[in-house]
Amino acid sequence: MKAAVIVFPGSNCDRDIQVALRQSMGSEPQMVWHKDADFDSVDLICLPGGFSYGDYLRCGAMSAKSPVMKEVIARANKGVPVLGICNGFQILAESGLVPGALMRNAGLKFVCRDLHLKVERNDSIFTSGYAAGQTIRIPVAHHDGNYFVDSEGLKALEDNNQVAFRYCGADGTVDLANNPNGSLNNIAGVYNAKGNVLGMMPHPERLCDAALGGTDGRAMFESLVAALS
Amino acid sequence: MKARIHVTLKNGVLDPQGKAIEHTLGSLGFAGVNQARQGKFIELDLEETDKAKAHEAVTAMCEKLLANTVIENYSIDLEQ
Repeated sequence: MKAAVIVFPGSNCDRDIQVALRQSMGSEPQMVWHKDADFDSVDLICLPGGFSYGDYLRCGAMSAKSPVMKEVIARANKGVPVLGICNGFQILAESGLVPGALMRNAGLKFVCRDLHLKVERNDSIFTSGYAAGQTIRIPVAHHDGNYFVDSEGLKALEDNNQVAFRYCGADGTVDLANNPNGSLNNIAGVYNAKGNVLGMMPHPERLCDAALGGTDGRAMFESLVAALS
Repeated sequence: MKARIHVTLKNGVLDPQGKAIEHTLGSLGFAGVNQARQGKFIELDLEETDKAKAHEAVTAMCEKLLANTVIENYSIDLEQ
């Protein structure tokens, strides 16, 4: 399996994904600078977290128009799997690869802590290593993670099973008390209609090693290696 | 020509920053503010001198970059 990590000015989780991929793949992912639109053919493209372009105008707005994203959009439309985490999710939403938008957290505070997610489905290349309905512990760190889509879009997402993860309690309860940022229907991650693009606010790459306090994120990268090798 | 663009959240989209402004105005003793909505103001200095063409170009800029039409509306004022 070959993977690429796109590095924007202001990305700060690129090396976390690099390490997570290296550990799961057993080989080095390619690090691609945002100005390089012609990178190798790969099986997986990752858009890392961070504050690309200083979150100018809107989070992810500038990156979504960068040269490399034209290429990422073209490849995603051909079916290449793309994983966007945190700022990567914001870039995916701004580029239209996944529906919706990420707005300022409803509580206006930057939220930085471990919380629980319910894995909605495990028939995806990203989540086959989890059980459907499983509760996992993954950290979030964002100021703009409040997922919004209009009511028609929300219905389409739910009807097509495009919700990947929901914020929940340790016991799996999905409710307002366990919603950290005001996201509609506690949505923490969504797939595109074809299922080859996943955008999510939580950071699975930060909990892939027991030395870092947990390994609940590792199954995502192992799922991808199993599907794409 | 100058283009002045206001970008605002659509009606029905929760605006937590506007809510906080509204709340703080109230706590400062400013009564009678029913609602506060926060947005962005962008000013462009354009080479174009034809108003219709300028409007068309700025509309494209708004659609492509300046506004996220999933959550935002925009309005354009042009001034010679």
